[in-house]
Amino acid sequence: MSGGLRAWLDARPWIWSFGAALIVWLVTALVVQGRGMLATLAVALQFATFYAIVGIGQMFAIAAGPGNIDLSIPGVMTFAGYIAIGLMNGSNHGLLAGLAAGIGVGIAAGVFNVLLIQALRIPPMIGTLASGFVFQSMAIAYSRTTNAPPAPLLVSFSAARLLGVPLIALLFIVFTGLVAAALGRSVFGRAVLAVGQNMRAARLAGLAVRRTLALVYLLSAILAAIAGILLAAYSGGAALDMGADYLLMSIAVVVLGGTSIAGGQASPAGLWGAATLLDLVVTMLNVMRVGAGVRYVVTGLIIIGVLALAKGRDEAT
Amino acid sequence: MTDEAGEAFVRLIGISKSFGAVRALAGVDLTIQSGRMVSVVGHNGAGKSTLMQILAGTLASDTGEIRVAGHAVGHGYGVRRASALGIRCVFQELSLCPNLSAAENTRIFHPALAGPGWRRRARRLIGDALQAIFPDHGIDPRRPVGELPIGQRQMIETARAFTETDHPVRLVILDEPTASLDATAAEQLLRYTGEARARGIAVVFISHRLPEILGHADEVFVMRDGQVVGSGAADALTEAQLVEMMGVVRGADPTHAPGWRGGGEQIRVEQPARADTPFRVQLRAGEVVGLAGLAGHGQRELLQAVFDAAFHPAAGLRVNGSVAYVSGDRRTEGIFPLWSVGRNTTISRLRALARLGFLTQAREAALAEEWRTRLAIRTPDIGRPITSLSGGNQQKVLVARAFAAEADIILFDDPLRGVDIATKRELYQHVHRAAEAGRAFLWYTTENTELVNCDRIYVFYRGTITDEIAHTDLTEERVIRASFGAGQSIAV
Repeated sequence: MSGGLRAWLDARPWIWSFGAALIVWLVTALVVQGRGMLATLAVALQFATFYAIVGIGQMFAIAAGPGNIDLSIPGVMTFAGYIAIGLMNGSNHGLLAGLAAGIGVGIAAGVFNVLLIQALRIPPMIGTLASGFVFQSMAIAYSRTTNAPPAPLLVSFSAARLLGVPLIALLFIVFTGLVAAALGRSVFGRAVLAVGQNMRAARLAGLAVRRTLALVYLLSAILAAIAGILLAAYSGGAALDMGADYLLMSIAVVVLGGTSIAGGQASPAGLWGAATLLDLVVTMLNVMRVGAGVRYVVTGLIIIGVLALAKGRDEAT
Repeated sequence: MTDEAGEAFVRLIGISKSFGAVRALAGVDLTIQSGRMVSVVGHNGAGKSTLMQILAGTLASDTGEIRVAGHAVGHGYGVRRASALGIRCVFQELSLCPNLSAAENTRIFHPALAGPGWRRRARRLIGDALQAIFPDHGIDPRRPVGELPIGQRQMIETARAFTETDHPVRLVILDEPTASLDATAAEQLLRYTGEARARGIAVVFISHRLPEILGHADEVFVMRDGQVVGSGAADALTEAQLVEMMGVVRGADPTHAPGWRGGGEQIRVEQPARADTPFRVQLRAGEVVGLAGLAGHGQRELLQAVFDAAFHPAAGLRVNGSVAYVSGDRRTEGIFPLWSVGRNTTISRLRALARLGFLTQAREAALAEEWRTRLAIRTPDIGRPITSLSGGNQQKVLVARAFAAEADIILFDDPLRGVDIATKRELYQHVHRAAEAGRAFLWYTTENTELVNCDRIYVFYRGTITDEIAHTDLTEERVIRASFGAGQSIAV
């Protein structure tokens, strides 16, 4: 590969996930002879949105440097989903209270994580995993008392389409654009990337390292809560296993999307490529009638393939 | 491996190397005889480090020939080949793994240290080398090197290069080895190079400290703009001649520092005298106060304490004003390696540049551009990655960052380590000008010659201050005496 092309690609680490998603989509279309291609994409985008929302939070954590990760995402999603939907109890009157309570769960979870990590000095990987269990258990306890349906308004919002495109996908694509701008051009974004590259240097440069990390975990927990509420509404109610996929998926979309696992660099656009890719792969294998065992193998191989292709940038340094 | 009759151990012939549009080396010839010490001098960016990397096999040259022990090394010359030929390199950027001990780092270097008991053998190997080069080094070879101060890390790195298992050492490249060492350790190393030469080992010695070079090297090569512009026997050259060949524009002689005055009335930093020392620390606005003494005797601890106290009030240390910190350990405490020169410059000033938390490109670029020009940072544009700059220029960016922060107090943690004389003189001028404008400097340096830039000097020994010296009373003897604990016992 020529130097110029390599440099161009290295400046756009998100391109690989979009390329792979496009290929998988076209292969799927070939198998079904082009029927329902756009519908397939719209459905993929709907589910990709949930991955992307939690992915944004996880991306901030991973970009904040080695050791930073949020493993409480599934627990927070589930508990926030239950609390929000439970308060709505199938009525639009409870909508605002439910949303506020659900997001409140996210804020509380974020604060709890920050306390574990900063006051008790527990490594984030262990601290957030433990707090995730706590929230999951609280969701289990709460689920015994309720089996409420979501507010109808929220259900229609979560499934709404604008010109065939899922509305929440559009909203969160705009939000991702804001996140990208914030990473490059805001004081907070620069602080996160500086801390992620060199924490000691960031401290000596006068940045508020602890506050920056606290905001990162708070943001991640709030986004997990929002994803949990929307997913519960879209699925017609909260379920205890609704967050299970999201532990690994939140990390997979970040890394596949081109964010460096070493920290200090983030690729928000790539979250969408990666999230769509992961969903389209499942669709493709389904239409190919591939067995469940083989499906995991193929998914794994595709992830490895994309990462191997995108790897060049690390070797160049 | 036998030398062919009469041929030097290493001959570099017509070596060229370009990085993109930048020509780092333009046809360099260099000959290194066994048992001799060759010194290479020149400004930051003159091509010294690039040349050494090519010799050590970490970089490939574009054109030219490398002959070792009478044979052309040909293609595929790399670190492994170089090491098998007995060529070792101690780089400016320390290459030890911070999570491993000195012994384990030695093991990485020597695949032959395998099998049961390798730990003990590695410990003895590095321990003996340290003892031979730096007697009384006080380093525990079992501690992770990341926990050791940079001076001790440099000692381990240096000693490791002289350890032998399967391949004998024939040539050791010392790239700025004394920059992170205090005066005693530097002297020990230079003395040791004499012993090594007596055993037939060739040494390449790169330093910005000209007296060291003239006092210890056999031959000197002067580099400028990627070429060798002069060479000669060290005992036939003078400091002035070297400086002239390097193309240094003679700036103001720092020894009398025109217009240097005592400082203003406003007290920026104050630490009352403690039980163990009669000297209180005081830093006033507009003052430049030096922290001297051997490395690791409490100077950095004071800088860190002042830095922390600026954010969170501390008992026993009053800090009045904002602070900026410049570390000489740029890789672990300074640069953000994924960022451009511009972003590295502005990071400490973001809050003031931002409106509602967001930065405008134009204002940020203007600030970075201003400091690039003022400190003459050598880069085609501020969008280039910081890692594309030479070490000295990266260090300049860190100084620019501190100046751009417009802090009241600037803390210098030996920031000009490994920076060439011309650049240092420029930076002294900037320090002087900033002090005139009311900034206060607390300046820790391992180079006693740098202390002439200070209005007052505190000398440290074992964590306490053993002397306070006014600019007018400064003598090297007094600094050295206090560095070993025998300072004035009464405050001046």
